This record gives sequence, C-alpha cells and structure tokens, in this order.
Amino acid sequence: MDSSIKRAIIMQHYQKPFHKGLKEDSNYVKIKANNESCIDNLDLIVKFNGDIIEDICFDGEACAISTSSTSIMIHELIGKTKKEALEFIENYENMINEKEYNEELLGECIVYDDIYKQPNRKKCALLSFLEIKKLLTKS
Amino acid sequence: MNIYDDFPMLKKGYIYFDNGATTFKPQCVIDSIKEYYENYSVNAHRGDYTLSLKVDTVYEGVREKVRNFINAKNSNDIIFTSGTTESLNVIMFGYVKNILNSGDEILITKAEHASLTLPCFEISKLKNAKVNYIPLDKNDLVTVENVKRSITPKTKVIALAHVTNIMGDERPLKEIIELAHQNNIIVVVDGAQSVPHVKIDVQELDIDFLAFSAHKMYGPTGVGVLYGKDEYLEKVTPHNYGGGMNNDFSSDVSMELKRLPQRLEAGTPNIAGVIGFGSAIDYISKFGMDQIRDVEINLKKYALSKLKKLDNIEIYNDNSVGSTIAFNVKGIFSQDVAIYLSKRNICIRAGNHCSKMLKEHTGVKNTCRVSFSFYNSEEEIDELVKALDNKNILEESIM
Repeated sequence: MDSSIKRAIIMQHYQKPFHKGLKEDSNYVKIKANNESCIDNLDLIVKFNGDIIEDICFDGEACAISTSSTSIMIHELIGKTKKEALEFIENYENMINEKEYNEELLGECIVYDDIYKQPNRKKCALLSFLEIKKLLTKS
Repeated sequence: MNIYDDFPMLKKGYIYFDNGATTFKPQCVIDSIKEYYENYSVNAHRGDYTLSLKVDTVYEGVREKVRNFINAKNSNDIIFTSGTTESLNVIMFGYVKNILNSGDEILITKAEHASLTLPCFEISKLKNAKVNYIPLDKNDLVTVENVKRSITPKTKVIALAHVTNIMGDERPLKEIIELAHQNNIIVVVDGAQSVPHVKIDVQELDIDFLAFSAHKMYGPTGVGVLYGKDEYLEKVTPHNYGGGMNNDFSSDVSMELKRLPQRLEAGTPNIAGVIGFGSAIDYISKFGMDQIRDVEINLKKYALSKLKKLDNIEIYNDNSVGSTIAFNVKGIFSQDVAIYLSKRNICIRAGNHCSKMLKEHTGVKNTCRVSFSFYNSEEEIDELVKALDNKNILEESIM
C-alpha cells in the first residue's frame, strides 16, 4: 500500500475514531490500556454475545498511532469469535514485531506494516491489541 | 573557552532540550570517573594502604565541594545518596515520619513531582496524618499569602520544590521558610530543578532539608545529595543499616552507630559517581551560577519571543523564570509532537513529567517541555522554531 494512503487512513481514524465514547452498560467488560513507557491512557469496553465480540468502544487520551490503531482494531474485531480475534491479534503482533505474518488476514491494520521503522511507536501500535488479547485469554 | 568542545554528546548531531530530565556530561567528568577506575579503583573508608587513603581524600573532598557549593555550615551536613528521590525518601521516612502524630498535616502543592508527593502520601497513611495543598494562584504560582492561609496549628511540615519541573516557577523560599519557622514548621526543599540553575545558599535561605541530584547538573547518574541542618540530620533514622555506618555491634543485638555523615551512608558508596560529581561542581564553578542563570534566562527569552510568533503554539509558563517552556501544538497530542521533533533529531519531553496532580489545577493533562542548559544556543532554538512552524506536524509524526 502506498504510504500516502496509509497515512490518510491513519489520519482518518485518528481524527474521526470509530466507536469513541464509553457507555454505562453493565453488559460491557471494562479494561484499561495504559502505556507504561509514555502517556497513552485509554479505556476500552467490550461486549460479548456468547462467543462473539458484539461491540467494543473506547475513550481517553493517546497519541495518533495508539488512537488510530485502536479505532481500526475495533472495526476489525467486532463480529469475530474469540478464537478468530485471538488469531487476528497474534497475526498483527507478528507484523509489528517483524515476524512472519499473513497480510491477507489483517484488513486495514496493514497500514502499520512499516511501524517497525519507528521503534518508539511499536508499543503505541500494540497497546489496545494486547489488552484485548489479555481479556480474551482470560475469558 | 568553548563550551561546545567540552561535551562529547553535543557532537552527536542532536539538539538536546531535555536538560530538566538529565544533562550531558563534560569530558572532565567522564575523565575523572575513568581515572578512578583506571588508577585508584579501591574502596573508601579503609585507610589501610595508600591507594585507599587517596580514595578517602578525594571522596571527602567532594563532600567539601558540595558544602561550599550550597554554603552549608559543615561538610558533615552533606549526605551522599543515589539521587533526589532517595534523599527525599530518607527525609520523609527517616525524619518527617518520626515527628508526625495522628491528625498532623503536611503541606505540599499540586505541582510537586512524584518523588516528593508519594513519600508524603505514604507517611500520611502510616501516621494517619493529612496531606493538604497550598492553592496555586491563577498563574500556577505559590504565594506567601496562600502559604499563610494554608498553615494550621496542625501543620508540621511544608515540602515543596524550589523550582518546579514543568512550569519552572521559582518559589519565594526565603519568605516561605521564615513564615514556616515562625510557626515551628520544618521545610523540606526539592532542589532537583533549582540547584543546577540557581545559586543556592542553604544558610541564607535557612533551609531545613534540601535534596538534589548530580546528573541534572552535569554529573553522573546515581548520585544525589541530602542536606540537612545538624539538629535534624542527627535525628534521622537510617534508611540502610550495614557496613561503614556502625562502630560496633554484638550478639545481644546491640549496636553503636557512627556519627554523621557515615551513619547515613551504609555500604560501599557510589565512589566513581561522587568523584565525577566533584568534577561537575568544579566545571560549573568555572562559570559561576550567576552566569549560567543569565545565559539560560536569555535562551528562554529568545525562545519565547520566537515561539510566540507561531499561531499553532500554546505556551503555559511564559512568566516563570526557570529554564523550561511548557507548551502544546494546538490540536496535537504532546507525544506526537515529541516524536515528530525526534525525527529531526530534536529531543524534548512530552507528558505529565511525573507531576500528575498539576492537571487538577491547570486543566492541561499533558504538555511538551523544552528545558534549557547553558550549553544550548540560539541557533538550536531557531531549528526548533523552524520545525514547529509547520502545518503538517501530525501527518509527519505518523510516518
């Protein structure tokens, strides 16, 4: 993908994030995504319908990469089963960590395929994914 | 004298504006550490052979340099620690905790650094005491009037930074300390951001306790100073027990501790670090703190005059005298700005800078912080301003 298209997608998700804003609803599980090495500070809420991720929303303050990647992630994960979501996240993690990955399975998350060139951004790109992964492995 | 040639790190291609976090080290500091490790690398306080005596002499010589630098009465009032954080923890847990009773009050402000705030929180819980806050005025400053209003008969301690690490405001210490002493309150001063930039005279200011770090004043990491008045230091319970701080002990669990300063410096100290710190003091003393302060104030004025011309920059502390500028690029998260500048080899800090309560007062959670040293230049500031004068900062920070 051309880098100007990647940048445009990231900007779009940063400036108009998908599902930004939390709701007070006891059917959602609440998790925190705080970056220990910087100041990203996000809250996520997740609603399951049986084995399926029915909804995810987020809010908080974070950098352009954390915010946009959270928005794109939510877009990709809604509707997936827990197992599919875990596979999706692990594939994405492999891409960020410069391991082998399947680009067919990444959807729009492919826009971060060269974030490894900015090592100080890797944690931002992984922040929400790793928190969702923790939640999925727990449940 | 060319400052630029004194600092190897100034030749690595970076524009370094994070001096509030740590400063670069001049070659003489690096050399003195190397010299210790290469030529007399033995332990201190073991004067059984010539080399050891040399270490003792140099190590204790640095104590005297520090005494002279802050004009303490006795060199025994200078305790070497690992840094400001340890110094403050020793003061809080070794002294303040012992004098607090249930219901007593500690006064701090919401602009304080975590290293001062959190020990206060912890001892307040242990002693069922209360942490109260001196209100900051509309310019985020501490006024003597507000200190006066915050003091109650229960106030035992006022703990605050001389110069704050984000806003860079210098507190009216002399007046605050005078007022505190009239009310039998002791004052703990966090000097981490002031001792490197301002001449400090602990006797003139009548400071009870002062903490600061070597690495923010051109010395090595891992060394700090705890200064205290004799009468208070004598009562500080050691944080560490062990070798070097006792005269004798026996199987009935009795022990006799050494006098100050050894009583509070258990274990092998950071000898190389302290020696490097001595060189750092020699180095800055060549210029003098007044000259350093003048240079830094002028750099800040220059930077402010340029930054104010940019309509995308919001500055939060243009009235403070400290050598920091806290700002945001309008509409852009501070971290993104820092990463954007990093791509141009300009190093600044983004975030809440360990002062996480300040947002409760200012309403601004995160900022970019530029902090100057006297080795920075107007040309470097021009580069920063040129980089910030860009409508595409966010886009360029992404990739």
